[in-house]
Amino acid sequence: MKKIQTILLLTVIAMTTVAFTIKTEKGYKIGDVIEDFSLKNIDNKMVSLSDYQEVKGFVIIFTCNTCPYSVANEDRIIALQEKYKSKGFPVIAINPNDPSVSAGDSFEKMKIRASEKEFNFPYLFDEGQTVYPKFGATKTPHVYIVTRNDMKVQYIGAIDNSSRNPDAVTEKYVENALDALLSGKSIDKKETRAIGCSIKVK
Amino acid sequence: MIKKLIFVLVVSMGVSSCKKEETTKNTLQKTIKVTSVKSYTYNELKPLLEKNDGTTYIINFWATWCGPCVKELPYFEKINKEYKNVEVILVSLDFPKQVEKKLIPFINKKKLQSQVIHLDDINEDVWIKAIDSTWSGAIPATLIYNTKNRKFYEKSFDYKTLENELKTFLKP
Repeated sequence: MKKIQTILLLTVIAMTTVAFTIKTEKGYKIGDVIEDFSLKNIDNKMVSLSDYQEVKGFVIIFTCNTCPYSVANEDRIIALQEKYKSKGFPVIAINPNDPSVSAGDSFEKMKIRASEKEFNFPYLFDEGQTVYPKFGATKTPHVYIVTRNDMKVQYIGAIDNSSRNPDAVTEKYVENALDALLSGKSIDKKETRAIGCSIKVK
Repeated sequence: MIKKLIFVLVVSMGVSSCKKEETTKNTLQKTIKVTSVKSYTYNELKPLLEKNDGTTYIINFWATWCGPCVKELPYFEKINKEYKNVEVILVSLDFPKQVEKKLIPFINKKKLQSQVIHLDDINEDVWIKAIDSTWSGAIPATLIYNTKNRKFYEKSFDYKTLENELKTFLKP
């Protein structure tokens, strides 16, 4: 009897350890409450989520100048902002790369790219790389949808099901998730995956 | 007596199969230019991720435009050349439109000796999870497997770390 108790206890300890490790390693999960941040936008002004009082939520996208998967998605990100900002879900793009490793992702280059492509959304620089690890972002592009009232993560993943070829898209994950949130339905696919570039760290 | 004979036979078969593999790798040394790279769907790629033939496979997911991927390619090439019973397969995730323009010239310029294939399958959400449940989709990423062991790495390698990881698979 005592033996069984010991085994049970050990199992519980092991399981708790595993659960804890996974959580600390990977950042926010669906349903987690996120911390606000304050990052510099390409217009040199600081941006925080608390600046947005009148919105329903945020489409936070980790993206950058240099990753071809990010570049391939630029037009789709612009289209998301066009369609959903007015509905209460603005796009907030964040460049998580360290420019000392990826020179093309410097703050100056972000400004250039944003003006070339006429970005219609804020493009923030994760200077010092303090924000992306909290989210657990691993790549660009990497999308997180967060609702404003509870600051909870509702969706993590890809923009759609064909990152490399916009003509082959058959499922728009982010749009589907936003439409569900806007109509009070539950999101069908809360987590999706797509190929992306690893975030550049020293 | 019979036992001894069988033993000799087994040993000689072992030697000859090793030799055979060596010559295959040598004859594969490409001096001729690569002119095409086969594109695979995930279902076509899958059998290459679950072979059960005594060889240890290193499957590296990369692309020509991915800086950290290109940086670590020579390490995979070196392993492929120096280790018998280890086969490296480089799975390119280049854009389908850039196979001719970028991937093939890159293979020729770098004189890549490992097998290169191109994965062209839009169902990323399905096959990324299927290849490994922990893979978020970032590249470079590498799968090492053999009959006994299987491990996935969503990270970059230096030569020493790659070789040390490989050695854990080659222990008898």
